Amino acid sequence: MGKKLNDMSQFSIRTMAEMAAAGETPEIVFWVGCAGSYDARAQKVTLAFCRILHEAGISFAILGSEERCTGDPARRAGNEFVFQMLAIQNVETLNMYGVKKMVTACPHCFNTLKNEYPALGGHYDVVHHTQLLQQLINEGRIQMKEGGVFKGKKITYHDSCYLGRVNGVYEAPRAVLEALDADLTEMKRSRANGLCCGAGGAQMWKEDEPGDKRISVERAEEALATGARVIAVNCPFCLTMMTDGVKAKDKQDEVMVYDLSELILKSANLE
Amino acid sequence: MVQQLLFIVVAGAALWMAFRQFKRVRRNILLGKDVDIPGDFSQRLRNVLLVAFGQQKMFKNWLPAIFHLFIYVAFLITQIELIEIFVDGVFGVHRFFADKLGGIYTFVISFIEILSLLAFVATVIFLLRRNVLNIARFRKPELKGWPARDANFILLGEIILLVGIFSMNGADTLLQDIDPAHYTDTGNFAVSSWLGPALFGSMEQGALIVVERFGWWLHILTVLGFLVYLPYSKHLHIILAFPNTYFAPQQPRGEMENMPAIMNEVKSMMGLAPENPATDELPVFGANDVTQLSWKNLLDAYTCTECGRCTAACPANLTGKKLSPRKIMMDVRDRMEEIGKALDNGKAASAADYQDGKNLFDYISREEIHACTTCNACVEACPVMINPLDIILQLRRYEILTESAGPQDWLPMFNSMENSGSAWAMSVERDQWAKN
Repeated sequence: MGKKLNDMSQFSIRTMAEMAAAGETPEIVFWVGCAGSYDARAQKVTLAFCRILHEAGISFAILGSEERCTGDPARRAGNEFVFQMLAIQNVETLNMYGVKKMVTACPHCFNTLKNEYPALGGHYDVVHHTQLLQQLINEGRIQMKEGGVFKGKKITYHDSCYLGRVNGVYEAPRAVLEALDADLTEMKRSRANGLCCGAGGAQMWKEDEPGDKRISVERAEEALATGARVIAVNCPFCLTMMTDGVKAKDKQDEVMVYDLSELILKSANLE
Repeated sequence: MVQQLLFIVVAGAALWMAFRQFKRVRRNILLGKDVDIPGDFSQRLRNVLLVAFGQQKMFKNWLPAIFHLFIYVAFLITQIELIEIFVDGVFGVHRFFADKLGGIYTFVISFIEILSLLAFVATVIFLLRRNVLNIARFRKPELKGWPARDANFILLGEIILLVGIFSMNGADTLLQDIDPAHYTDTGNFAVSSWLGPALFGSMEQGALIVVERFGWWLHILTVLGFLVYLPYSKHLHIILAFPNTYFAPQQPRGEMENMPAIMNEVKSMMGLAPENPATDELPVFGANDVTQLSWKNLLDAYTCTECGRCTAACPANLTGKKLSPRKIMMDVRDRMEEIGKALDNGKAASAADYQDGKNLFDYISREEIHACTTCNACVEACPVMINPLDIILQLRRYEILTESAGPQDWLPMFNSMENSGSAWAMSVERDQWAKN
């Protein structure tokens, strides 16, 4: 397999504007989010997920330059003005295109689109990408290779706060990991008791308050203690924080942090 | 006759004092903003039955949950015996229900005795956990002083209650053999039938009567004492856990309350809604004092029993930051009490008129609210559905929207969001990644 997994020459990614101009309607809109758009590491996740959607034969579109930050970090920092500015623009755009179904690889976008936009007149069916991945695997639209890369390998899964504790999605990502035939090892604090990576509530954009330790290091230590070689995450901010935490423990050569879509893409049986 | 009179006077005075204190607590809770809490009745009932009555969330941590359950069930079921104590006290009778209920009486009191014994064990273990074992959540700075003493008073009070019950029943068991005419046959109680003879077997009738009366009075006086003490104590959760779970918000956990005033303002700025009539009054957004929090936030604060499960789960606290969700709840309560006291002393006619130059930020530092990751671990951890995060977020809103303050680090993020619609200022198109 010479070609790169997220080789873009295989397919093109279309925007809602392009589709609307061509009189087409996608099955689903992929909400990319700021991290997925701009963060170099999260971009890889974005591309991996696009490739999976393409391989599964799903017609999808992104909003491209019409997408704005959902406003989650501003709202949780306390800045309702900035939140409303962004959210109202997004709702206007989404409603203009008549968007009904969305998928996003960011649990913060997921939470805001799903739980907070309705009060602003934005009512959409929103799923997190791990939920869609589970569905695609269950339906056989994505098939795993025999003896995949992660077969029998120890993987630990980090519940993000906004997918797990806040929205109660614990099983879909685990079901996706099961499809890898990996040895899923839970951390002591998991599911509803999962420990935050430290990025939420707009902490991503500020220095830590004085303390003994970074939250990301505390969580990385717990993940490393499982002996897993792979830490699976479902959130671009967790991805950054857990990678930093692993680096702080000088384990970056032994332990990898991946988003679930990357793990699936590496193990999928692609034509 | 003297005892009857004494009982009626003491019980009456205690009930009156407790009534006045509970009224004060209610008044303090209503210092908060009057908000509607929408919710489905059957879900509310479910929360009361499962979470408050059924202790569901306690069992996340099963060891303390079981000991707590002993004390809780003993407390619930002892209310039956308390009814008899009241009847006996008012009418000057002895064990009013004994001959009327027969075997059922023996069974019920035996059940109470077994639970009381378990509660005794649990109370001793709780005293050890609080004072001897090094359990992190009982060693936090916010518990120093009064809160730690409060906890120990309650546990010692429980021990006194149990000493009372077993003295009374133990001596009674022996007296039933000596003077069956006055001491109704109750059948053999599960614990006092052996504990009584073991402790008081060598005593004369006169001494036994004293022990029985001592136990009876000790028990009822402690109960009345508890009733008067409750409104001053963290122990209020035994009552407020029920309304607090009943009124627990039912919207999605991840939904922050919308601010329609700001939404409409922004809409009119964007030409999407008619312009709002300009007002001279500067609006206050968020909360910097208890009068701007909702009554439910304040009910939360009075319901908090300072167990610290929230703080033990808080990632900021775990990594040495100053934030402790439990302290947030304690601070809100302290501030409420401060304003309440001023109103009691006639320093102001209403909370709206009261000015002391202080607010919640005199209790809760900026550093604390800035450390929160909004991860909801505290919300998840609370056994009685208290939400410290909601208060933190309202304080953050006040700081940013009303004071235009807050962490400097956030300014570039806000600017970038306003100017480019992205959380990071980038010079490339948002979908550059898709254009290779």
